[in-house]
Amino acid sequence: MAKSCNVTLYALSTCIHCKKAKQFLEDNGVPFTVVFVDQLTGDERKETIARIKEHNPKLSFPTIIIDEGTCVIVGFHKEEIEEALDI
Amino acid sequence: MSAQMTAEQLFAMLKKFQEPKGNFFNKDMTMTMPLLESLLANKERYGYMACPCRLPNGTFEEDKDIVCPCVYREADMEEYGACFCGLYVTAEVNERDDTAIVVPERRPPEKILGQD
Repeated sequence: MAKSCNVTLYALSTCIHCKKAKQFLEDNGVPFTVVFVDQLTGDERKETIARIKEHNPKLSFPTIIIDEGTCVIVGFHKEEIEEALDI
Repeated sequence: MSAQMTAEQLFAMLKKFQEPKGNFFNKDMTMTMPLLESLLANKERYGYMACPCRLPNGTFEEDKDIVCPCVYREADMEEYGACFCGLYVTAEVNERDDTAIVVPERRPPEKILGQD
């Protein structure tokens, strides 16, 4: 069973890597929040982008932030996710 | 408005031009077809085929570098064998069993303006 962590997946609704990362988390029963940044507007979009940039200056997707940044995974790296979440 | 092209039509159209130049569609159709659909969705939404795996700024002028095929494709295919989103791969990569490659983002972050 995956260890319990606060997991946020920052994604784009059009990105296949983001879709596969989301599916992978769901398939492994990981509780997480997904934020589709391309669908945000106004201040929420700006604040979200600023938050992502703190952990991933490249602002690329998917960006997975675990426990407020104690662990950050940029790109759909399955092994890194498995290791970080004990899957 | 001309009827929206389908992903299959886009696939057939692009394949003719791109393959002779060494740019092959990822044989993993669970990658290629959704990416082509996303390109059509971005064309519908923004008016141009912004890369499906990058956050568009929203105007062609500010997104010229990521209109597919993006300006970063050549360097990414040379270094990693695939473009950033994985739509295009080299012939060699398409011979592998697993064509999944994570390509780091080459686009300078300052090009992403962040306004809506």
